[in-house]
Amino acid sequence: MSSQFAVEFDSTVYENKRRFPEEFAPIANSIRQDIVKALVLAGSGHSGGPLGSSDIFAVMYFGGYMRYDVNNWFGSSRDRFVLSAGHMAPVMYATIANTGAFPRSEMATLRKYNTRLQGHPGRDMGLPGVETSSGSLGQGISIAVGMAMSDKHLDKNDHRVFCLTGDGEIQEGSVWEAAMSASHFKLDNFCWIIDNNDCQIDGRVPEVMNVYPIKEKCEAFGFDVIECNGHSYTELMNAFDRFMANQQNGTGKPTAIIAKTYMGHGVSFMNDKFEWHGKPPSWEQAAVALQELNN
Amino acid sequence: MQEIQKLGMKPTRFGFGEGLVELGTRHDNVVVLGGDITGSVMTSLFKEKFPERFFSIGIAEQNATTIATGLALSGKIPFFASYGAFCALRNADQLRISVCYNEANVKIGGGHAGISVGPDGATHQVLEEVAFLRTLPHMTMIVPADFEEAKKATIAMGEMVGPAYIRFGRSPVPMFTTADSPFVLGKANQLTDGNDVAILTNGWMVWESIVAAQELAKRGIKARVINVHTVKPIDVEAIVTAARECGCIVTAEEHQVHGGLGGAVAEVVCKNSPVPMEFVGVKDSFGGSGEPEELMEKFGLTWKEIYASALVAMERRDKGSSGFRMVKDVAVYNG
Ligand SMILES: Cc1ncc(C[n+]2csc(CCOP(=O)(O)OP(=O)(O)O)c2C)c(N)n1
Repeated sequence: MSSQFAVEFDSTVYENKRRFPEEFAPIANSIRQDIVKALVLAGSGHSGGPLGSSDIFAVMYFGGYMRYDVNNWFGSSRDRFVLSAGHMAPVMYATIANTGAFPRSEMATLRKYNTRLQGHPGRDMGLPGVETSSGSLGQGISIAVGMAMSDKHLDKNDHRVFCLTGDGEIQEGSVWEAAMSASHFKLDNFCWIIDNNDCQIDGRVPEVMNVYPIKEKCEAFGFDVIECNGHSYTELMNAFDRFMANQQNGTGKPTAIIAKTYMGHGVSFMNDKFEWHGKPPSWEQAAVALQELNN
Repeated sequence: MQEIQKLGMKPTRFGFGEGLVELGTRHDNVVVLGGDITGSVMTSLFKEKFPERFFSIGIAEQNATTIATGLALSGKIPFFASYGAFCALRNADQLRISVCYNEANVKIGGGHAGISVGPDGATHQVLEEVAFLRTLPHMTMIVPADFEEAKKATIAMGEMVGPAYIRFGRSPVPMFTTADSPFVLGKANQLTDGNDVAILTNGWMVWESIVAAQELAKRGIKARVINVHTVKPIDVEAIVTAARECGCIVTAEEHQVHGGLGGAVAEVVCKNSPVPMEFVGVKDSFGGSGEPEELMEKFGLTWKEIYASALVAMERRDKGSSGFRMVKDVAVYNG
């Protein structure tokens, strides 16, 4: 493989704090670069969802919305994030690595034997920030609802629980059982983010199995629904701000953020192409992708 | 011992895809339901050929299983395929009550079975479904060993009446059967003759068992390798004969050691002709990421474990008080 090149991971880490919208761009870019590098080294894995949702992760983890201690993730009182769409693991790993909770260079072990960065998240691996195993679609959101119930009704703390699902994932009926219970139990500490890229493995979401209208469905299930551009830091901040306000004001309503994204966003040849759901870039493609991200 | 040739490598899922197209050509009431991974489980071939008989259900395995039941109760022969993790276990209740209790003519194709799925890791490497499926009344459960066998098994399950499940893998595996090799549902195929030890196996592990038998032959041990492609209904006669004639058994499967082929064989053996048994499979653990061959090695799913287990089984038989025949030279087995 002559086109193979030496892959180096930057060691910069970013602080989690209230930011101006424009401050998120370098963080999202750094996440995207780590994703591309890890995937090309792995030789398998999912590019599209992770790259397309990097902006959401940048705002959620680095804008002061999720509270965590990078030096003692599981030992600390913290907010929790559940990746219900387990196949999008690379973006969660890259995001956590960029917080400094584990070395970014560990991204090089993605999908390799005995790695903490399993193809789909494995809680038994003990990677900081991985709250639950996932990979069977539609289950994470119910786990997140259980966590939010525990926080709000049993431990009576002010913790927040975030959960991201895909938009194909919400074809699973149990997702709607979870949604129903989130509003039934008045979980205003629960924030459901739908990565609405309109793509899944077999094609465009409405052609595989139509899930629209998503907004009206979520409203009917009792959510405060915010539709936003999932690549606009301002809109994402507004959405997360509204979730925080819902919790602080004790509205009793869970929040759903329908983030309109493009699969593979940030890498021109992947943008909005469902074919990029489940494959890694080749070495040539990775070189181009990294070049684009560096400009 | 007789030579068994490796005729190349191909994933068993290709056989499933081609078998479905053949079935669609033969029977116009064969319909296919997709679960958003039609390319990887190869139902895409049927979709291209018979678009009017293909329905995309999306990522909704429970719904697909019960829709299939409705179609079956309306005279169709529905196939639903996904990864085995999701179309055998996610929908377990639907399979039990809607499909099996109704004796509905529903056919399930469960792909990405076993540890050889590779880098996707534990969530996708289903290792438990054989144990579940074979306990369902009316269910037929097949684990083909190679491409041709998968194709024949797919056609056979489509042409029998009643619920049936076929398990296939993602990675290319050695091919050693041809279009002319015998295949009858419920009838195990003996691949090598021998009376020293019986190796009962299915799926990818059949090839590993053949290799183990070749290695054992170098030590003068004649192993009887039997491909038990149908786990349910199980071939009682082949198992009992093997137990009586060999006096010890090794089972080998890409599945948990509990409850799968090994369990099925043990039930037959205990009842009819108890002999020492050794079980090769995944030992009560989840899988993990890695390359397929690497994982097969790490999780103890190669000919080497089968070989070692054969020696242990024989030693147990020969030293044991089970009353079965004593073998000439135990020292040889201790290596
Ligand atoms: C229960 C279950 N069924 C099927 C799969 C296989 N699968 C993995 S990802 C995926 C598509 C998910 O689509 P979407 O949620 O839109 O994510 P995106 O394509 O945007 O990454 C499927 C069907 C799975 N992981 N779990």
